[in-house]
Amino acid sequence: MKAIRLNGLLAIALVAGMLLSLAAGKVWVAPSTWWSDDLSGLIIMELRIPRTILGAAIGAGLGTAGAAMQGYLRNPLADPGVFGVSSSAALGAVTSLYFGFAMTPWLLPVFALIGAGIGMGLLALLAGRSGSLILFTLAGVIIASLAGSLTSLMISLAPTPFATTEIVTWLMGALTDRSWDDVKLAVPLIVIGMVFLMATGRSLDALTLGEDAARSMGVNVLRLQWLAVIGVGLTVGASVAAAGIIGFVGLIVPHLVRPFADHRPSAVMLPSALAGALLIVVADSMVRILPSVSELRLGIAMALLGAPFFMVLLFKMHRELA
Amino acid sequence: MSLSFEAMSLTLRGRKILSEISGRFQPGKVTVILGANGAGKSSLLSCLVGLREPQGGSVTLDDRPLLSLENRERGRLIGLLPQRPDIHWNVDVKTIVGLGRLPHAGRWGMSATDHEAVAKAMIATDCTGLADRQAMRLSGGEQGRVLLARVLAGEPQWLLADEPLASLDPAHQFDVLDRLKNYAKSGNGVIVVLHDLTQAARIADNIMVLKEGSILAAGPREEVMTAEVMGQAYGVEVQITTSSTGEPLVVPVRRL
Repeated sequence: MKAIRLNGLLAIALVAGMLLSLAAGKVWVAPSTWWSDDLSGLIIMELRIPRTILGAAIGAGLGTAGAAMQGYLRNPLADPGVFGVSSSAALGAVTSLYFGFAMTPWLLPVFALIGAGIGMGLLALLAGRSGSLILFTLAGVIIASLAGSLTSLMISLAPTPFATTEIVTWLMGALTDRSWDDVKLAVPLIVIGMVFLMATGRSLDALTLGEDAARSMGVNVLRLQWLAVIGVGLTVGASVAAAGIIGFVGLIVPHLVRPFADHRPSAVMLPSALAGALLIVVADSMVRILPSVSELRLGIAMALLGAPFFMVLLFKMHRELA
Repeated sequence: MSLSFEAMSLTLRGRKILSEISGRFQPGKVTVILGANGAGKSSLLSCLVGLREPQGGSVTLDDRPLLSLENRERGRLIGLLPQRPDIHWNVDVKTIVGLGRLPHAGRWGMSATDHEAVAKAMIATDCTGLADRQAMRLSGGEQGRVLLARVLAGEPQWLLADEPLASLDPAHQFDVLDRLKNYAKSGNGVIVVLHDLTQAARIADNIMVLKEGSILAAGPREEVMTAEVMGQAYGVEVQITTSSTGEPLVVPVRRL
């Protein structure tokens, strides 16, 4: 019952957040004019609705990916951004930009997906099985810095200043001017990824007791690993492809919902999806409302929000361990 | 109902851990596995649970090769209490014990039978009062009981426990062993790896002694728990006496 109430509340809040996101921006659009044929209606149909749907899908995907990674690695600090999956996806995407493949719209997402899959696969390979916090952190840091430096290499070797600017702005992460095309490309992939991740729920619960106990209860660790790798690869890869790197959602959201969801990995998953969607939709509305010359990039806003949160979390863990 | 292994060999990273050993466990009895560090006790257990696949030979459960069983079915038949208490998230005790029903549970949560089994396991291990406590914050002894309850909740025909007494004080050691004994008495097979020889002598119906990957001795307790066998297994001189209340005392006195 607790779970139904939590998910219900989050779903209601998400609907409210999405309505806010439709109305909010440099131009406020009153709900009464949403279905009109003039400019207001056009803004809603062609800009705000796709942007809101994309934001919600990306938030949901990243939230689920974070919850699943934390459960799989039995590590509350796991997050696709902090441990290099997002940067691997970005590296993939930047590679396609570098070679000028951006003309073929479906190639960038494909490259991002491959990048994310390789990043997550490496992480699982290097540290997933041992469950060691230190090994895992090191593996994540190495993957993130390797992907980061290769991305910098791409930027510095970019053939034209135009390509450089394109890569740099894209990397910062934003939902600005996203169209229905982006929605059609990213949302199905994110949804499929989330289905894969949700399917890991029970196995992740069993992992609460450690790998031996989980396997003795019939958990197929190999299958679990593939579900996690494919699921995280799809959600994070598609998110990065559509909006660049938007960090910390996967870290923050599962933490916020965990105390209300019995701490069980499977019970954290759906609330993380809903709360992740809510967080991105609201944050993206805020970015649009904030008075500034040019719009604050969503990726930067999330990092400004997320990094202090991460530090507080570390302090808290430090105190508990001391 | 039987659990047996035949000509089983296990090599890990080029090292021979188990060399062509065979044996059989009886239901309704407690079999204690003894042996020095590195003798292959934990490896034998992990082969019996199906966590490791032996390179040679086979494990047979009720005339079926263990590895032919579907994972969840195997999980229903054989329960493992791992050596290290491992609890990762801040979940409460009843959730932990409920995890023991995973091999049984349907796709949409726990049935009435599942809840019944959980309640029964918690009563058997005296955990009912801890139901809403957070498992991570319990003492070592309480965690030991909760994790035992988790295995019992799965109602396995075979319960395998790897050094369940590690880090428990004497009173809690008795608690855990008595519960294992009771579980065997109700018709299930119990296989326990132990280091404490006196506790082994107290609880065992049968004893299997491993040495360097081979079986040194196996059989009823009275036949195997002798100064000679223990001396060979551990390289220590062992005195076997009886306490004033009639309990066996197995005391290592010096290195041979």
